[in-house]
Amino acid sequence: MGTDLIFRIVLIVIIFLISLVVAMYSTYAERKIAAFFQDRIGPNRAGPWGILQPLADGGKMFLKEEIIPTNATPFLFIVGPCLAILTACIGSAVIPWGQKMVVGGHTIDLQVTDINVGVLYIFGVVSLGVYGVMIGGWASNNKYSLLGAIRAASQNISYEISMGLSIIALLMLTGTLSLKEIAEQQHGANWNVIRQPLGFILFIVCAFAETNRTPFDLPECETELVGGYHTEYSSMKLGFYLFAEYINMFISSAVMATLYWGGYNYPGMDWVTAHVGPAIGPLIGTVVLFAKIFLFIFFFMWVRWTIPRFRYDQLMDLGWKILIPLAIGNIVLTGVVSTALKHFGF
Amino acid sequence: MESLSNKKKVLEVKPLNLMERAYLPAIIGGLATTMKHFFKKPVTISYPEEKREFSENFRGMHSLKRDENGKERCTACGLCALSCPAEAITMTAAERQKGEEHLYREEKYAAVYEINMLRCIFCGLCEEACPKEAIYLDGDIVPADYLRKDFIYGKDKLVEAPLNQ
Repeated sequence: MGTDLIFRIVLIVIIFLISLVVAMYSTYAERKIAAFFQDRIGPNRAGPWGILQPLADGGKMFLKEEIIPTNATPFLFIVGPCLAILTACIGSAVIPWGQKMVVGGHTIDLQVTDINVGVLYIFGVVSLGVYGVMIGGWASNNKYSLLGAIRAASQNISYEISMGLSIIALLMLTGTLSLKEIAEQQHGANWNVIRQPLGFILFIVCAFAETNRTPFDLPECETELVGGYHTEYSSMKLGFYLFAEYINMFISSAVMATLYWGGYNYPGMDWVTAHVGPAIGPLIGTVVLFAKIFLFIFFFMWVRWTIPRFRYDQLMDLGWKILIPLAIGNIVLTGVVSTALKHFGF
Repeated sequence: MESLSNKKKVLEVKPLNLMERAYLPAIIGGLATTMKHFFKKPVTISYPEEKREFSENFRGMHSLKRDENGKERCTACGLCALSCPAEAITMTAAERQKGEEHLYREEKYAAVYEINMLRCIFCGLCEEACPKEAIYLDGDIVPADYLRKDFIYGKDKLVEAPLNQ
């Protein structure tokens, strides 16, 4: 029990550090990738190829003046960004980062906690995430911030419905809400995306909306709302909001990879594990999972620098009139096909 | 009314077909376009380290030329100052003394020759007006500075380096 607890704590610290580092370098990657998409070079002054740029940005954020507007509610103004980054960080707790690792007789579970309602937990955390934006926008006492916050709330609530419906079809196939079991079911190349392509497309569209990324970045739409919900924020409080967005992107990429793209599974994993031993084998799986996550993060950025923002009524149309009916249709289709396959004995 | 140019084109607005309304094919097309740019060579020139090549008829900073013996060609006739639309050039003439024949080609020379680089529009009319082929705009870009007075370039900055035997 004692060693198990220590392993858990070490794992929590490692995952926390990894998500912070990934978020930090996502900001760098975003600027670099944006530059490449626009035939530019991107940041290249801080360190070789500009790899120290995130540190310089962080230093700038810390040293800037901390402004709390006179008419803002000070307590809520500070709670907003803290809540945003807290909810972004706790989502990683239920994600299975790899198979069980056996080192010197000890079995190490590469997952912080395996709760049997992991998918629900993720949904709960995602819904809490909007409170950070809401509270911050409300406490700023600024009409642009308030409009941004309201947009964020209505957008997240609308897209949570279709996200939940798109995942129900997946849960009908897996029969479990535990992310660990879902990952184990996709052993080898038996990935869920093969059985749920429409569900995956719906889920990824909703994931874009939930993380407030382009083309759904209306809460911080600069052309209409100055800076959106963080108009009044400066210094590290602004940094927290921006950071929370990148951590959210990392976590939602991990969730997508786990639910639909096989998590840490890859074709030929049994052969590899048999050859390199039970200590190294699961780590290769973890590397594969991270490769998938980075591909998804790249996709997030790729879409951002390709597609312009939706108009607000188009956003609501897409959410309520297209995605929800499609998701319900997907549930019906999944039910009919899986029952038919069972009936005819496949 | 019939249009005179005969170029008028009536556009018909068709309702979107299913492919267009699905939106995803268009997104994939867009993603393909941006991905093409991802692998293109960046067009950026990192300025202080690399410099863009000037065209052959680029007009940069002025230089006052010397002849093949290293004597200053300028004879302070003032045609450049007269031709200058921006009135950027001013000079003071002086007579060549005995023993200065190796310095100045003509009997008269410019003791002071100043160009205000903030006024200059780099039109090149001074170089066309000069009868002695003494001034050419063949230099680099005029560098930035902090004070207005430092943009008035005298002979120390304008005259070509002396020939080395």
